[in-house]
Amino acid sequence: MLKISKLHKSYPIGDSSLHVLKGIDLSVEAGEMVAIMGSSGSGKSTLLNIIGMLDEADEGEYILDNVPIKNLTEKKAAIYRNKFLGFIFQSFNLINYKSALDNVALPLYYQGLKRKERIEKALFHLEKVGLRDWATHLPNELSGGQKQRVAIARALAANPKLLLADEPTGALDTTTSYEIMDFIQSLNDEGKTILMVTHEEDIANMCKRIVRLKDGVIMEDVFVNQVRASQYV
Amino acid sequence: MFDRDLWREIFQSINMNKTRSLLSGFTVAFAISLFAILFGIVNGLVNTFDTAFVDDASNSIFINSGTTSKASNGLQAGRRIQFRNEDQDWVKEEFDDKVQYITSRKYLNVTASFRNEKNNYTVRAVNPDHQYLENTNVNYGRYVNESDIKNKTKVVVIGRLVEEDLFLKTTAVGKYINLNGIQYKVVGVFSDDGGDNEERLIYMPISTAQQIYGNNDYVDQINLTYNPELDFDAAIGFGNMLTKKLKERFMVSQNDQRAIRVRNLASETQIVNQMTGGLGVMVLVIGFGTLIAGIVGISNMMIFIVKERTKEIGIRKALGASPKSIVSIILLESILITIIAGFLGLLLGMGILELAKPTLEDFFITNPSVSWTIVNSALFTLILAGAIAGYLPAKKASRIKPIVALRDD
Repeated sequence: MLKISKLHKSYPIGDSSLHVLKGIDLSVEAGEMVAIMGSSGSGKSTLLNIIGMLDEADEGEYILDNVPIKNLTEKKAAIYRNKFLGFIFQSFNLINYKSALDNVALPLYYQGLKRKERIEKALFHLEKVGLRDWATHLPNELSGGQKQRVAIARALAANPKLLLADEPTGALDTTTSYEIMDFIQSLNDEGKTILMVTHEEDIANMCKRIVRLKDGVIMEDVFVNQVRASQYV
Repeated sequence: MFDRDLWREIFQSINMNKTRSLLSGFTVAFAISLFAILFGIVNGLVNTFDTAFVDDASNSIFINSGTTSKASNGLQAGRRIQFRNEDQDWVKEEFDDKVQYITSRKYLNVTASFRNEKNNYTVRAVNPDHQYLENTNVNYGRYVNESDIKNKTKVVVIGRLVEEDLFLKTTAVGKYINLNGIQYKVVGVFSDDGGDNEERLIYMPISTAQQIYGNNDYVDQINLTYNPELDFDAAIGFGNMLTKKLKERFMVSQNDQRAIRVRNLASETQIVNQMTGGLGVMVLVIGFGTLIAGIVGISNMMIFIVKERTKEIGIRKALGASPKSIVSIILLESILITIIAGFLGLLLGMGILELAKPTLEDFFITNPSVSWTIVNSALFTLILAGAIAGYLPAKKASRIKPIVALRDD
């Protein structure tokens, strides 16, 4: 599904540069649910951004679904992001002047689907996250958990191969966090490959595999017994 | 080109971001309405200059006589020069190819009455050509004609306001008007662009006036228009030659400025043209000034919009928006706002001009209007400039890495 080898990334800081990723090797199979952990500055978000084609690596190889991701033009990156990836952010990143339905339908718009089809699919995914009745509401009329569920519906709408989540529960309280995790687990049960960045141990333990980063290298890569979030809900 | 979904996106964005849209639209509307108002006012000034001279044909020459101020040919100073009918004929013969229309004038002040209405007016006794010299429009009936001159008929052509004053909304043509105790038949009613005073005049055949008031062939003034094909220099030359020959004819010294006075509108027209040219430059300066102000305004607004939408752009890109779609959504939105606001500003500016028209007339600004062509091309320029000014920030925004845009919390 995803294969990364010898990945390097540095950011220029003034005259010098900060070496954030120092040769990462990682491969993820379809259907996995991986947590990337590490303290702040360990490079976990950078890794996720490179995987999400939101950022580019300086060196190394990245193959996603047998497609080498390299020297992408903006246009091509846009097509790949739309086709392969779904994003869930810590701060939800919903467009605040669009209704929940329109937010969910946006990736479908960029896929070039007809309006009728977009609305149909978007409603289906809103139904899936249990927010069909909230379709016409604006993001600021929703609670944090609801916003994140709209964001998940949006990430799912384009039917991506890989779901990337950057601290999906970072802005939520514990109960809501578990609800969201429960939902993400159910998506994984259905076969979605999920990669998430978190610094919370309990959230990481709800995944099936934990990759620990420290100072730009992988310290530990273990498969764990998944804790089901449903027992806390 | 027409993509319904794209426009739906744009309308949603405009509709849901009302403050932003209104603020940016305001800049454009303000610039365009200011443009229309200033342009209209300057146009009004130009109109005032024009109308001040449309009364008379611009190729007119007026010849007046007075008393000599210098002795010449053995004759003393202080001699009175009197024009007669034969002088008009002489000018016509002498300069046959250069004279277009020619008429003599005799002035009379009369008390005119019809039934119980009574008022004082000036009578101009003239030849038929006078109609073309004064740009007189005959509304009803006819003007003085050759047969009137020949038969010395007692007919008059009265101004629109004379008819209004004396005939009180009834038709004057065919009725008899009493001028100082003598009945004249009204054969026509005229109007004149020269203003109210010009429409309170009464015209009668010069031969009639000469017979009734003095029984002589005296005329007070000879007016003519020169052949419009003469260029400026030829017209001035003709005026000078006419002056010289007239002075010879009346044995007046060539240095005598008082005995025979020739006023040639050609030289005055030149001054007016220079004046209008100066105003034209003013129009250009104002036009460019407002347009540049508008362009700067739009550029600022575009930079501001792109800045404000950075995060949204990042989200859209993360969801798979191509750079092209980012550019078009930003650019089309601003163009749409510019067009709508531009037209509103245009209507506003023209509305203000229309409302202020009566007040502005007190300040020598006549009919201050702007042609649609000018305003539309200004609007078009503004839209084009806005598109160009907006393209760069939009292009830059489309290149922002989504991660940079999204980090902007």
